[in-house]
Amino acid sequence: MRFLIRLAGVLLAASVLIFLLVEAAPGDPARIMLGMSAADDTVAALRAQMGLDRPMAVRYLAWIGGLLHGDLGQSLTYGVPVAGLMAERLAVTLPLTAMATAMAVAVAVPLGVLAGARPGAVADGLATVLAQAGIALPNFWIGLLLILGLSLGLGWFPSGGFPGWQAGWRAAGALVLPAVALAVPQAAVLTRVTRAAVIDLAEEDFIRTARAKGLGRGRVLWRHVLPNALLPVVTMLGLQIPFLISGAVLVEAVFTLPGIGTLAYQALAQRDLIVVQNVVLMFAAIVLVAQAVTDALYARLDPRLRGRE
Amino acid sequence: MKLHPILAGGLAALIWAAMPAAAAPPDTVSFIQSVEPPGLDPTSGSPVAAGQVTWQNVFEGLVRIDADGAVQPQLATGWTLSDDGTTLTFALREGVHFHNGAAFDSATAKFSLDRIGAEGSTNGQKALYAAIASVEAPEPDRLVVHLSHPDAQLIYRLGFPAAVMVEPTSAATNATDPVGTGPFRVQEWRRGDRIVMTAVPDYWGEAPRLSGITARIIADPQAQAAALRSGQVDLASELGAPELFTPFEGDPAFTTHVGTGEMEVVAGMNSARPPFDDPRVRQALMLSIDRNLLVQAAKSGFGTPIGTHFSPASPYYKDLTGLYPYDPARAKALLAEAGHPNGFTFTFKVPNRTYTQRAAEIMQAFFQQIGVTAKIETVDFPAAWVQQVMTDRDYDMTIIGHAEPLDIDIYARHPYYFNYDNPAFDAVIAGLADARTEEARADGFARAQEIIAQDLPALFLYSEPKLGVWKAGLHGVWENGPVPANDLTDAYWAE
Repeated sequence: MRFLIRLAGVLLAASVLIFLLVEAAPGDPARIMLGMSAADDTVAALRAQMGLDRPMAVRYLAWIGGLLHGDLGQSLTYGVPVAGLMAERLAVTLPLTAMATAMAVAVAVPLGVLAGARPGAVADGLATVLAQAGIALPNFWIGLLLILGLSLGLGWFPSGGFPGWQAGWRAAGALVLPAVALAVPQAAVLTRVTRAAVIDLAEEDFIRTARAKGLGRGRVLWRHVLPNALLPVVTMLGLQIPFLISGAVLVEAVFTLPGIGTLAYQALAQRDLIVVQNVVLMFAAIVLVAQAVTDALYARLDPRLRGRE
Repeated sequence: MKLHPILAGGLAALIWAAMPAAAAPPDTVSFIQSVEPPGLDPTSGSPVAAGQVTWQNVFEGLVRIDADGAVQPQLATGWTLSDDGTTLTFALREGVHFHNGAAFDSATAKFSLDRIGAEGSTNGQKALYAAIASVEAPEPDRLVVHLSHPDAQLIYRLGFPAAVMVEPTSAATNATDPVGTGPFRVQEWRRGDRIVMTAVPDYWGEAPRLSGITARIIADPQAQAAALRSGQVDLASELGAPELFTPFEGDPAFTTHVGTGEMEVVAGMNSARPPFDDPRVRQALMLSIDRNLLVQAAKSGFGTPIGTHFSPASPYYKDLTGLYPYDPARAKALLAEAGHPNGFTFTFKVPNRTYTQRAAEIMQAFFQQIGVTAKIETVDFPAAWVQQVMTDRDYDMTIIGHAEPLDIDIYARHPYYFNYDNPAFDAVIAGLADARTEEARADGFARAQEIIAQDLPALFLYSEPKLGVWKAGLHGVWENGPVPANDLTDAYWAE
């Protein structure tokens, strides 16, 4: 409960900040919509139609008041409810990020354990180089390479676009390459974290005890090292969420996916203020909740942290 | 390494599923639309982007501009202009229906025209129709338009996307649910991705040969080229980047065409602000730029140098590039004469677009050769640019493409971002409205072009070509762009 009150407080402060920042950005949505040759009275008429002629405080309160009733308002440029727009876009972005995270974990954890189990061995060297490359390469670049190779070269996947979920498997197929592009940098970071955790754990007394009891190397890794190594991995996953969101914006642009990142980018360019406000506030909420969930999970996985507040 | 059989099967299924569906005989066309329109009504909001999707395909006008830039009858079968030039009478086509079943007649035409100029109108091109004083609908098939003063341009402007016919009960919702008289209607709009249009069964004119057309929203030029190559779209009427165009040329799977467009790229200067208030300074800057080299470097050679605010696509175009050719020595002399023997420094507000950024950097180097230092300041386009340059007119020099056809009158608008004030030019533009004959019109346009080519309220750089790429076998596509449009009503696939 205390957590929820704190979250609401932080979000309210964030909403004020977001609103003021969006307001301060130069550019008038009505003028942008009407183009270069529109006369001033036409712009004024559209501003009135968009409700932009109301005072700032009134517009802020209308936004927050609406939010409390679950009404996110109307997009200034599209003229349709923001909630619907965001829902359509989240239906692309959420599966995309989930797919990317699953791929990253599936690759990074085994690779990190393998590398950390025998530091300095060939597998370790290879994993380190791969991780280095994965961190260094920006994900939009990886996306372009994937398009060139697997889409234009081999024709295995579409080069971009999204057929909509009613297309079933083809829709999932359209998300594979973007998910890979998004997963690579994340996998690289997770590999490093897992590797470091495994190496650190090898020094711990309880591991030495286990080995002294005559347990085989594999069993020690599996039973004792891995569960404990997951702790920093989970933390890192939580910390990576903001990077995942910003990565999704770029990857969606490269693959022309109609996701929430594309919506945010377009809305910002068009100064569709209300859409920008809602999307950014949602990003803030996701990051805050993810942090809280990470903390809670951490406490679960590491009993020593329980009761500390 | 051996793949688990289930995993391998799953992967194969996934790859198969991701492949484009088996090729049915094509009777649809998907085209690239780089800017998603906020709404689909070309009579309100963003005129260019909405028109590029729905003009002619969904919405039709009393008259239309054809692929060659000429005015053609459409929902009006003919028109006459009174001797004093202030009364336009249209004969209207009968048996035309809107997609919602409502009949088109003179009452709907009157509604459409009245709506443009009405109080609180949000038609971005309202100013172009300011000459319309009143509209009468004496008979269902006859429309009379009274003008407050003669306006020879009006009939041409009535062919623009901003003047399409709309119907009273659906006018308010056309942005999201457009109802027109055209051969296609909008079936689905997945925002951020695509706009799907299907042929209407009882179209009044000759039925289109395509059963449907789809606008795919793809902004990034790399992604545009990839979508064409991978077969996901059939047509890009204006490919976003010239360097990506060359690989398509000579590829038998595609047809390419370098068409003429209506966009002129100009570097406007603030004529109200020193030192740009001195025509000699503006002329010196023009003399310092090698426009051919600029087009080579910034546009891979795709573009035509211009000397005035007209594109070679226009029938009224005059080649005035010889007036101030590349001549740095003459530029330096002129600059000294204007009192700047050691040059000067100014701020160059450049929109964050690829073509403007590249051109600005090359211009900066040219200016440096005559001792003028341009400090490039990148400005977010459209939002910040429109605010700072268009609205506040707070700038020294900027650069942008002007896409509207026959818009030389912008230099006679007060206020407009150039802050250009030349009564002689204003008089020529005013006279153009009065021009009764085609000769008088051509004369007026020629005179207007000459004045600004001499006086240079902006540096006239180049006209943007229309780099069209489409799948081999697709025919009936506009090769040139007298109006920014994707008119696919005559498109078809050859066997």
